[in-house]
Amino acid sequence: MKFSVVVYASPYSNEAAASALKFSRAVIAKGHSIYRIFFFSDGVHNANSLAITPQDEINLQAEWHDLIDEQDIDSVVCVTSGLKRGVIDSQESEKRNLDSSSMMSSSELSGLGQLIDAYANSDRVLSFG
Amino acid sequence: MNYQLTNFTFLARTAPYGTNRCNLLMDIALASSVFEQKSNYVFMDDAIYQLLRNQNADHIQTKTFGKAIEALKLYGINNIYVLEKSLTERSVSLDELVLNPEIINQQQLQELVRNSQNVISL
Repeated sequence: MKFSVVVYASPYSNEAAASALKFSRAVIAKGHSIYRIFFFSDGVHNANSLAITPQDEINLQAEWHDLIDEQDIDSVVCVTSGLKRGVIDSQESEKRNLDSSSMMSSSELSGLGQLIDAYANSDRVLSFG
Repeated sequence: MNYQLTNFTFLARTAPYGTNRCNLLMDIALASSVFEQKSNYVFMDDAIYQLLRNQNADHIQTKTFGKAIEALKLYGINNIYVLEKSLTERSVSLDELVLNPEIINQQQLQELVRNSQNVISL
C-alpha cells in the first residue's frame, strides 16, 4: 500500500511527531511505501537542521532526516508554515538576504498543492498532531 | 437526501481563534479547489463560531476569520454545511452566520463522510 504522512505536531512538545516517525518506519518495515511526508504548521520544526538535544534524548529531527534520506522518501516542508517559523532552506535564505539556513537537505520547501497531490496519489493519508 | 460523491470532505471542528487549525483547514480547502476537486465543508462543534457575523479580530492583531472564510465560495466550494446539533448546543441560529450554510443532521453528516474519498478533520 502507498501511504502519505502529514505531520502537524512539533517535536518534543507533542508525542504525535514521534508517533509519525515510528509509523513511517513501520510502514516501510512491513514492505509498504511512502508516497510523501508533508510537514505542515508546527510540524515544520521536525525538519529543522539546527536542533541539538541532550545526549540521552532522541533527536527527532536527525531521525527524520536519516529515514527520509536512507529511504529516499519525497518529503515536503510547507513553504508558508516554514518561512513563518524560521525553517528555511539555503536557496530561500540567500534570496531573502538572511544570515543562515535551517532546513534539513532531505526535505524541500513547497506549497499545499503537494498535500493535495498526496491525497490524490496515496492509498491512505495519515495525519499526526 | 443523497449527497454527491466527492473527493474531499472538510470537517471544521475548532473555534476561530486560540489555535490555527481553522486556518490550516481553510488553506487546504482553497488549495484543493485549484485542482478542481469536488468538496464539502462542514462546520461542527466549536467551528460554528467561525461563521459568526460581525467578528473583529483587530484587537488580537489577527485577521478576522469570519471574513477570510467567505473566500470558500469564491473558490468554488459551494457545498457548505453546519451540523444542527452543534448550532442547538450553542444557541446559535442560522441568520447569525455568514456563507449561508445548509443545516444537516448527524445522519446526513455520516452520509457525506461515507461518500467522500478523503476526510480532513481539523
